Amino acid sequence: MKKLESTWYNMAIVLTLISVVAGAALAYVNDLTAGPIKAIQEKNEQNAIKAVLCSDDAVVVKTEEVDGCTVYITEQGAAVKTEDPANGSFGGGLTIMVGLDQDFHVLGYNVLQSNETPGLGAKASTWFQKGQKGDIIGKSAGPLAVTKDKGEIDAITASTITSRSFLRAVNHAAAAYSKAVGRKLDVNIDTQSGASPQQENKKHN
Amino acid sequence: MNKLTVSLSPHVHSGDSVQKNMYGVCIALLPAMVCSLYFFGLGAAVVLLTSIASCVLFEWAITKYILGRDKVTIIDGSAILTGILLGFNLPSNLPIWIVIIGALVAIGVGKMTFGGLGQNPFNPALVGRVFLLISFPAQMTTWPVSGTVGYLDAETGATPLSLISSGQIDKLPDHIDLLLGGIGGSLGEVSALALLAGLAYMLWRKIITWHIPVSILGSVTIFTGILHLADHTQYVSPELQLLSGGLILGACYMATDYVTSPMTPKGQIIYGTAIGILTVIIRNWGSYPEGMSFAILIMNAFTPLINNYCKPKRFGEKPRKEAAK
Amino acid sequence: MNNFKVILNGIIKENPTFVLLLGMCPTLGTTSSAINGMSMGLATMAVLIFSNLIISLIKNLIPDMVRIPSFIVVIASLVTILQMLIKAYAPDVDKSLGLFIPLIVVNCVILGRAEAFAAKNGPVSSVCDGIGMGLGFTLGLTLLGAVREILGTGCIFNFSVFPEQYGALVFVLAPGAFIALGYLIAIINKIKG
Repeated sequence: MKKLESTWYNMAIVLTLISVVAGAALAYVNDLTAGPIKAIQEKNEQNAIKAVLCSDDAVVVKTEEVDGCTVYITEQGAAVKTEDPANGSFGGGLTIMVGLDQDFHVLGYNVLQSNETPGLGAKASTWFQKGQKGDIIGKSAGPLAVTKDKGEIDAITASTITSRSFLRAVNHAAAAYSKAVGRKLDVNIDTQSGASPQQENKKHN
Repeated sequence: MNKLTVSLSPHVHSGDSVQKNMYGVCIALLPAMVCSLYFFGLGAAVVLLTSIASCVLFEWAITKYILGRDKVTIIDGSAILTGILLGFNLPSNLPIWIVIIGALVAIGVGKMTFGGLGQNPFNPALVGRVFLLISFPAQMTTWPVSGTVGYLDAETGATPLSLISSGQIDKLPDHIDLLLGGIGGSLGEVSALALLAGLAYMLWRKIITWHIPVSILGSVTIFTGILHLADHTQYVSPELQLLSGGLILGACYMATDYVTSPMTPKGQIIYGTAIGILTVIIRNWGSYPEGMSFAILIMNAFTPLINNYCKPKRFGEKPRKEAAK
Repeated sequence: MNNFKVILNGIIKENPTFVLLLGMCPTLGTTSSAINGMSMGLATMAVLIFSNLIISLIKNLIPDMVRIPSFIVVIASLVTILQMLIKAYAPDVDKSLGLFIPLIVVNCVILGRAEAFAAKNGPVSSVCDGIGMGLGFTLGLTLLGAVREILGTGCIFNFSVFPEQYGALVFVLAPGAFIALGYLIAIINKIKG
């Protein structure tokens, strides 16, 4: 078969055809996979709620949306899905699920999505777990900060920015939970979790 | 045979030689070396000797076995100087194996990869230091307190710059300590006075010209002065900035490296001023407390560009516009 | 050129990572460990084989002046389909690779091979070229990832070789990628003579 000439007519027809075929293929595959993808995401979310609350029989009583967080309230406490409020993490877009008991102590956490540097910032999913260097389990959320900011949590080696972002998200989760159930947190949340990166920088310099 | 040797810079004039200048800088560094031995004791000696010995050894081994050259370049003193400067940029309680890795990177990656002395775009000692700083952040930022004598068991503490960085301005040492050396830090930054004595020697022997050190120190003074006047609760005074960290060491001994700095006085002033401004920016707003080494490396990269735009005018040459008429 | 030679050509003589220096963004960005490098390489290979096949089949239908947009539509659709399929049926792969898959679209190995090979050759040898180039890319990325992982963390494919505190962290970061890639290319050039 001879190659088609580059006339306006040919080009328009060919590009339209290719786009239509590609679009149709995408639509078909999207239709095919939308169901399974949603099921997997829901299952992951359920598992994450159970995992961060450290109990298999946690039943979500109420779900509330507060300050951009999703708060799943259960009998034992709440699982809060949240992002870093200041969005100042290194790669941007750190989404975590934090389990809190009724007194705002951290029960567990899970990194749902992160675009951090592999091998460094990505260490957040293990670094702050129980028995690790930056253990936050059992600590009361709200005033958590890295040692560089005069807090008591060891930052991930060479990833202070990620660590700050992570702890901001945890503090933010506690604030959202307290708002959702209408109970006050002991500390002043605004200075801890609401500060923008610029304000924070000024504070240390 | 080959009477006219065409080679790359540094071009040698007036009976000067690479050797003479390199050893001149080494002599200028002697007072600071004595100071660091006095303040940090055994650790300083171990780190310095390891650094010098491994730099020379790596230079010899790479020239002979990897590049396969017969000419031995270790006697020209440049490897010794790199070793001293690298050692000066390290804390005195650094484990020996890290010092050796630093020397390998400084000589191997920083210098010999590009073809040896005269062809390296970046200051080798700084390449080594920055490599170590990024690779081993924990060990590289644990500084022994001045006056300790041990090596690995030395008492550690904060440096003036890390105090500034974490906002504890009230705990800073006073100016006399900064000038004479009663502070924590890496080997070579301990005594500002000893470094300045070395600078005076180098200027007297015409090993370097005043342009680079003066423009760096001047721009840092002016920039931090403005910041300090604007808000003295957040930004410390210029003299504190000048005397702390590796500023004087970098300005006098590392930014002035012949190979990696611009050739004309005008270019040198642009280069020095930019280093000063970058250093202050990194110190105040960066995530590392010290920015001298990064600033010098960044400007090293700009050196060919600066050289290109600061060519001295040839005799009789007219500006292009007039020539066109 | 027979098809076996085409495959071999992609792996050794025209290795996309070390010889053609194509696709530097994923090469430098995703090789912080051997497993990451290998995963990226394999995902790229899958897209490369299909894009080469499709483009060699429709090459005569595409007028020259609009060939680049046509190639890009084909490649982008393939990548999106791949991403959706992985998300739906291989959630574990998605967890470790999810971030890298959309990056394949901008990988110039794929567009480069579509332009340089698939648009001029038949379907069978185009698929062979896809396999060869894909294997070469995978090998290059795995090697770079392994070097960076072992120097940076003391592990290789997560097996510990020496304690982590002796690893030079810089190799896991971006500057280490440039240094390691430079030396690997130098060594390979030296070996090839």
